[in-house]
Amino acid sequence: MIRFGPNEASRLIAPARRVGYEKSSSLGNDCNPMTNKLEAERPLSPHLQIYRPMLTLMMSIAHRITGASLAVGFALLTWWLVAISIGPEAYATVDHFFAGIVGRTLLFLFTWALMHHMLGGIRHLIWDTGAGLDKTSIEVFAWLTIITSTVLTVLIWIAGYALMGRF
Amino acid sequence: MATPLKRVRGLGAAHRGTETFWRQRVTAIANIPLVIFLVLSIISHIGASYTQVKAYLAQPIVAVLMLALILSAAIHMRIGLKEIIEDYVHSEYCKVAALLLVTFFAGVVGIACILAIVKISLGS
Repeated sequence: MIRFGPNEASRLIAPARRVGYEKSSSLGNDCNPMTNKLEAERPLSPHLQIYRPMLTLMMSIAHRITGASLAVGFALLTWWLVAISIGPEAYATVDHFFAGIVGRTLLFLFTWALMHHMLGGIRHLIWDTGAGLDKTSIEVFAWLTIITSTVLTVLIWIAGYALMGRF
Repeated sequence: MATPLKRVRGLGAAHRGTETFWRQRVTAIANIPLVIFLVLSIISHIGASYTQVKAYLAQPIVAVLMLALILSAAIHMRIGLKEIIEDYVHSEYCKVAALLLVTFFAGVVGIACILAIVKISLGS
């Protein structure tokens, strides 16, 4: 699943010789494996910067970024619900914000992050069963997540605009 | 030889076991239909008046599903953000501060949403 070039392989075995090898006073208390001598002598899993940027790696990062971004979406949902509970004036303010270009952009990104994270999550749930972990499947899942999340986001917005005149 | 293995056994960076892993999966599964419900609720009410939106949210079934979504999503968000912090923030002070912030954020948005939904559905 993880591919290395010949240069990267040597770094994998001995990253401690490059960083913080001489530092031994902090033994035991130091939580950072790159500066803790005892821990650094073991073969470490390579740090993020030595990987060639691959699709599956990017998707893993994207899943975390979209997940963290959804916290902003949650705050927006909170604002909307609280405004409705307060009254028509508060709701008008939120409604005005979401109707504007900034509001719409945020909502569009929120929709996309939500769909991406949801599909990425389904992918993880499939992996939890032990299925779909082979090289082909992970690539297919990655592309499916990207394409389906984009398609769903666009469809949701088309549906939203189509239904707008209903009221 | 003393190895960091003793720290890993049952007590990793999170100082917790598998229950967090399991809870993240349970809330993830719950979030799927609830998020679809939220999206459908919102796109079917674009351009609706304040009274119409409020009346929709006041329906018992809608309120129950919204409360379920808020609860499940807040727990899921708290675990997710916590895991990101535990992975990337190595300074103990910063880590604890960030974890507290995330916990308070999840708590505040969760409680605010729940109060709002209860207030809307009770019509006060």
